Amino acid sequence: MMKNAFPYIGLGALLLFPLLGFSSYLMHIAILVIMWSVIGMAWNLLGGYCGQVSFGHAAFFGVGAYTAGMLYSKLGLSAWWGIPASIVVVTLVALVIGYICLRLRGPFFALATLSMGVILRITAENLVKITGGDIGIMIRERTWVEKIWYYYIILALAVMTFLVVKQVVGSKLGYYFVAIREDQDAAESLGIDTTYYKTVALCLSGVITGLAGAFYTNYMGYIDPKVVFALHDISIITIMVVMVGGAATFSGPVVGAVIMVLLAEMIRSIPKLGAAHHTFFGLLLIVIIIFLPNGIVGDFEKIRKLFRTRQEQP
Amino acid sequence: MLEIRNMDVFYGDVQVIWDVSFQVKPREVTALIGTNGAGKSTTLKTIAGLLRPSNGGIFFNAEDLSTVPAFQRIDRGMVLCPEARRLFIEMTVEENLDMGSLRGRAKQQRRQTKDMVYELFPRLKERRRQIAGTLSGGEQQMAAIGRGLMSLPQLMMFDEPSLGLAPILVREIFEVIRKIQADGTTVLIVEQNVKQTLAIADRAYVLEHGRLVMQGRGQDLLNDPHVKSAYLGM
Repeated sequence: MMKNAFPYIGLGALLLFPLLGFSSYLMHIAILVIMWSVIGMAWNLLGGYCGQVSFGHAAFFGVGAYTAGMLYSKLGLSAWWGIPASIVVVTLVALVIGYICLRLRGPFFALATLSMGVILRITAENLVKITGGDIGIMIRERTWVEKIWYYYIILALAVMTFLVVKQVVGSKLGYYFVAIREDQDAAESLGIDTTYYKTVALCLSGVITGLAGAFYTNYMGYIDPKVVFALHDISIITIMVVMVGGAATFSGPVVGAVIMVLLAEMIRSIPKLGAAHHTFFGLLLIVIIIFLPNGIVGDFEKIRKLFRTRQEQP
Repeated sequence: MLEIRNMDVFYGDVQVIWDVSFQVKPREVTALIGTNGAGKSTTLKTIAGLLRPSNGGIFFNAEDLSTVPAFQRIDRGMVLCPEARRLFIEMTVEENLDMGSLRGRAKQQRRQTKDMVYELFPRLKERRRQIAGTLSGGEQQMAAIGRGLMSLPQLMMFDEPSLGLAPILVREIFEVIRKIQADGTTVLIVEQNVKQTLAIADRAYVLEHGRLVMQGRGQDLLNDPHVKSAYLGM
């Protein structure tokens, strides 16, 4: 009974959160946490459930962001149209990336996706006439000044993503994904068209990440290739969000997003050392892989046991 | 039922199967034997479609399989029980069995087939809600065989089913394979456990360095001086 009610209580709390009159800085952090949850859940579908580890999710994020940005800068439309439009654009990009990368397995797939993110960044930097190059795209008319509306929009996207992931993972599709993760050859010989289902996973994961990118353009009001196609600030953080929280768990990406966003903010505010926040993330990743390979949610039992034994030996 | 004609298989530039031809006759147990690295598993993987032959053809019920992708071959009625079980270790036993019957007739008859599998392996029924990775080696092999049977195959291919099992379990697995054949399923088996394999094989082929060097009825090969000295240590 309590367990069934928990998601609703959580959702209620999230809905009420902005009404409590927090500072706009706190609202900004909350929006970032939710946005990273969305990206983490998207990555988790492909990397956690289907076992295809992508080091290039910035490609999808950036394409989503640029779809929104270019609709504004080139066609004079509201950047909000980027949200529906990025579904189409990112699907096409995901199909191309999938066609190239999904014939590779394991680390080779990871490396190929890594290169995709970099290729798209360099492309965006150099197609000055289309993308604006390094100058980026600035959205001059912001829709709202208050953050509350952005909060509710990204929250709606997160709830939708959560429901989609839950639906997919519980369906036949989810079992196919897990079968592919566990043993691709066995899955193939049992009649699963692994190439097709891996493509489905990649498209779903990419599109959701792209939606987050389109939201980012609208929210931040400014994008440039180095930010939205960033390897370290997008692709790697995406993986960290899921690894810290717990791959192939429902709540892992959310937990991971909370920790990573707060940690990033905290470390950046340390004088002098702040610039080295990537080094801290690297160390954190090592610690997580050694002690909690299934993430905080996946290895929650381990953490609980640790605290319990400590209490027993005062 | 299955015919391999002049098959060559390469890993990159390295040729591992040289001009191999053999046949599997319906309702028989056919065995491929040989040492490590002789190309037995490669042959099976190629038949299952996980590898592509560079020359030669694979014909199943007179159909050329060269354009049939691996995931469709199960619909044709062949299934591979891969080496080292290859279960989906984080799924339960029952989920693993369900994964064997994803398509067509096998899916419609899932319930009945599952009952049959549980009858063949009562242990699996007891453990049907258990995560496959926590089963013992023998139970995992049973689950893998059960998963194969779930597809209602005409031809079942076993890649080293005795690998890593205690002798008593090996005997049990071979008995099951015998039973599967007696129920009308054709069996193609690859093994290093030469003695027991030849004992149940109607027909056997010996692979050495990727080439077929000998063939005959299982009993005849058991008494062959070359097989005796090279594989049975007698």
